[in-house]
Amino acid sequence: MAEIFTIALIWSTIRLSTPLILAALGGLFSERSGVINIALEGMMLAGAFTAAAATYAAGNPLVGLLAGMAAGTLIAAIHAVACIRYQADQVVTGTAINILMLGLPAFLSGAFFLSSGSTPQIPKEQLIPRLPMVIAFVMVPLSWYVLYKTPFGLRLRSVGENPEAADAAGVPVARMRYAGVLLSGLLAGVGGAYLSIGQSSLFTRNMTSGRGFIALAALIFGKWRPVQTMLACLLFGLTEAISIQMQGVVKLPSGDDIPVQFIQMVPYVLTIIVLAGFIGSSRPPQALGIPYQKER
Amino acid sequence: MKLLRELLFPTIAVIAAFLVGALLILAIGDSPVQAYKLLIGSALSWPDGIGYTLFYATPLIFTGLAVLVAFRCGLLNIGAEGQLYVAAFAAAWVGITFANRSAWILLPLCFLAPILAGGLWGAIPGVLKARFGSHEVINTIMLNFIAVALVSYFTQYHYRTPGDPIMETSEIGGGAHIARLGKFIPGMPERIPLNLAFILALVCCVLVYLFLWRTKWGYELRATGSNPSAAEYGGISIRKQIIVAMTISGALAGMVGINEVLGYRYRYYDGFSDNYGYTGIAVALLGRNHPVGVVLAALLFGVLQRGGIHVDGFSEHVTKDIVQVLQGIIILFVACEAFFRGSFGRFGLLRRSKV
Repeated sequence: MAEIFTIALIWSTIRLSTPLILAALGGLFSERSGVINIALEGMMLAGAFTAAAATYAAGNPLVGLLAGMAAGTLIAAIHAVACIRYQADQVVTGTAINILMLGLPAFLSGAFFLSSGSTPQIPKEQLIPRLPMVIAFVMVPLSWYVLYKTPFGLRLRSVGENPEAADAAGVPVARMRYAGVLLSGLLAGVGGAYLSIGQSSLFTRNMTSGRGFIALAALIFGKWRPVQTMLACLLFGLTEAISIQMQGVVKLPSGDDIPVQFIQMVPYVLTIIVLAGFIGSSRPPQALGIPYQKER
Repeated sequence: MKLLRELLFPTIAVIAAFLVGALLILAIGDSPVQAYKLLIGSALSWPDGIGYTLFYATPLIFTGLAVLVAFRCGLLNIGAEGQLYVAAFAAAWVGITFANRSAWILLPLCFLAPILAGGLWGAIPGVLKARFGSHEVINTIMLNFIAVALVSYFTQYHYRTPGDPIMETSEIGGGAHIARLGKFIPGMPERIPLNLAFILALVCCVLVYLFLWRTKWGYELRATGSNPSAAEYGGISIRKQIIVAMTISGALAGMVGINEVLGYRYRYYDGFSDNYGYTGIAVALLGRNHPVGVVLAALLFGVLQRGGIHVDGFSEHVTKDIVQVLQGIIILFVACEAFFRGSFGRFGLLRRSKV
């Protein structure tokens, strides 16, 4: 067992947690403002595809990163307008975005790069494996500070807990919620960009493979708080790192590989347990998922 | 008149989605008319087009009904995807384990296994919500991933034919195969996988309708959905309704396993579902959460699914991914009903009608 707990494992945990932390912090801003965000997966895919395509076209990963952030924000804007302006069901809209983003990047790369759903390879010197990592870990204390120590954060939390009271106190509920959702797209976009131009060197079809949902799980597991959410992401990153390292190394007494499927399940099972209140209670923002209609 | 009004809005949403899709196709320099001709034309040819369209519509009717039943109880079942995976595997497991029994025993067992397994998997988030108040949306999402990992584990380590490079189980007993409709319909070859599960899906539509609108239990379920506190005051146990609704919902989603395992592949094939569970949400919404609407919406998505394969093969730039793009936009538009009420309301076209 000992040979798998090495520096390499820690390093790999940090790398695998980075996209989770970025997306989960994004989800944090959206959900603390009262808007459910199960579209993190779709926003990450938008970021991943656009970042890879823009880096390939411009030859500069910074351009790619910015484009990925813009794409995530754009998708978030669709979610925001549907949920806030037109009071659409937030879960349904999120599902729609996820299905749309499963198809759209592949559709576009099929058209632009004549491939079946992936972008061309980007040369190694045009990748940014470190920058998104730095952004992720800087964003954790920053998010904490913004959320708990600034007027913006107070207002954001107040529209997520009690929009009527916030409105009565003069807080622009809709505007705060737009800010929350757009921020979530921005951060999820960085998380997606990291997957395509940081960890690997191209976009492939559905390359997030459920990371948006693991980020959502981490957000719940972290009780909608920045630091706890980061710890949850690190835990989930560690489970993924272990499952990668263990393959072919550690064997069961019978000589078989340890089935990775059981390690993959860990984040999901833990989330169900914590949501049911077995490990402390995880209470969502009071007004989460409820559209707010201003009284006329 | 009421029926027309109910049809009008979904029709507008679909047309709007096709228009947005057309803009996208134009943007990548292809002809939307050509692409849509391929998409829809190929689905209406006899016998392959129609046969495959109905075959693709079958699982969507089941998942659409599953989402509908939960929705009528005020619940959103995002978990049909996981429920149908567990169910399909259960069908294969029973079909392999009791392969040598006579068809008289094997077929009913294989028929019940996916329904029970789907129902059980659906009941879990129901119990969690009723007992602990945890949100069914999150729990069903998590259970989807758990289901996929679980059945993939059993397939890989326990039920795969040794040496088979594909992630699939060995074959189920011959007694559990259900007939393909080609057997009964002249002119339709039996290679088309459309099978008796399609008829079962239609029967389920009628049953769901009768249950929800003609029985006391259905009334209690709908009462819980439309006004939980009033229902509770009237003596209905909300907790019980939540569990019942999620169990029925899961059982309906589970019937996808009958179509897939007993009628099509005769084995469990890992990752077979083409987002049937998630598309079921679109089907239920577009069908206005009514069984008749679900059939119509499932047929539309069946057409897209079938046509997508053709588009892939015969057009220059457009790939079958256009189908998912269209599906996503359709759900978005259906969800944003208020947008259409705002834009069309001033012409008096769409007025809010009591469902």
